[in-house]
Amino acid sequence: MDKNQILFLLGGLRWTLALSAIGFVVGSVAGLGVALARTSGWRWLERSMAAYIALFQGTPLLMQLFVVYYGLALAGLKLDPWASVSIGFTLHAGAFLGEIWRGSIEAVPRGQVEAAKALSLNYLDRMRDVVLPQAIRISLPATIGFLVQLIKGTSLAAIIGFTELMRAGTIVSNQNFKPLLVLGLVCALYFALCWPLSLYGAWLERRLVTAAR
Amino acid sequence: MNYQFDFGPVLEGLPELLWGCVGTLSLALSGMVLALIIGIGGVLLRDSRVAALRRLVISFVEAIRNTPFLGQIYFIFFALPMVGIRLDPTLTAIIALGVNGGAYAIEIIRGGVQSINKGQIEAGLALGLSRPLIFRLIVLKPALRAIYPSLTSQFIMLTLTTSIASAISAYELTSVGQAIETNTFRSFEVYGVVTLLYLAMSWMLMQMFARINARYLSYPLK
Repeated sequence: MDKNQILFLLGGLRWTLALSAIGFVVGSVAGLGVALARTSGWRWLERSMAAYIALFQGTPLLMQLFVVYYGLALAGLKLDPWASVSIGFTLHAGAFLGEIWRGSIEAVPRGQVEAAKALSLNYLDRMRDVVLPQAIRISLPATIGFLVQLIKGTSLAAIIGFTELMRAGTIVSNQNFKPLLVLGLVCALYFALCWPLSLYGAWLERRLVTAAR
Repeated sequence: MNYQFDFGPVLEGLPELLWGCVGTLSLALSGMVLALIIGIGGVLLRDSRVAALRRLVISFVEAIRNTPFLGQIYFIFFALPMVGIRLDPTLTAIIALGVNGGAYAIEIIRGGVQSINKGQIEAGLALGLSRPLIFRLIVLKPALRAIYPSLTSQFIMLTLTTSIASAISAYELTSVGQAIETNTFRSFEVYGVVTLLYLAMSWMLMQMFARINARYLSYPLK
């Protein structure tokens, strides 16, 4: 493997990082909205968000990317592939994070909400100062677990033809006929991204369990 | 927007798509069986007395859970032939699914086994229950019940993961959809219908798992 090929792989890694970051950050905003809508008490809103979550949790990520990719083109939006793929990952992350955070919001003891209401805090203050800070703490291990899934999931953009780390790897291995080395290296790079996060998530979870005792 | 939707080609290809669903479900089912075998075997090795074996299982679980499935399936399909192991796409997909699901199953099953209180087994002995009866009533059933929700949702995820096997053109729903798309260029219609078929399959599996749970695994706790 020569220097150019290694640089090419690292260029792909940059796109993997960018896709993961966009999916996670924009998906977090969407997910927070979904979680709040899911716990809003408005039935039609809760139902429609539940349907959105069920749709994205019950179908393969690859199909979601395909449908968003071709669907946006049909809707007349002339986006470059990388914008379409980002939108696909964002919608995916919004559904999963929304479901994780809904669970965490509901896991905050009821007495906390009642006490906040008794103090006549309005919805915004109640969420911002009482419920969400506790919910975020509860949700952190699962959120980090999902971030790992998302980073691994960005590899599917390769199937659409987007040159991130995985596709960079297949391109290089088709050039130098060393798939064992190149694909091994690509997997090692993914591992280097995901493993520290997994360890951090496991540590947070242990701490949460100990704190609850 | 002046696009005319045309579901004609999709309807014509519906029998093929349904066969694709059969392909997906059989891949998923074989993957689940292999994952269970790896999961149970892995748990036994994970808690063995030999430190090297324990470390091997831990490394296996961490390696699989922190790398993408696409990378694993590519590795088996493109890299292993370099060392003389050549498998056809379907077998590759089943092995990749089993290995991937197995790594998750090890963690899930281990949690279930650890959830059994040792005092329960001692209580069973004190009541004069036979060993097989203790295993069945006190170890197996509660452990199964504890791991059932996470194990079955892992299995549904595994079923959705089979779509990635299309990357090595194993026979399943996504690759059937891709073939129809290449011939008709009705990308959105084809993938929309394929997505709904996946939704139907995961819903069906969910119902089936819930039925099994209600029938065999729910009984009064006290």
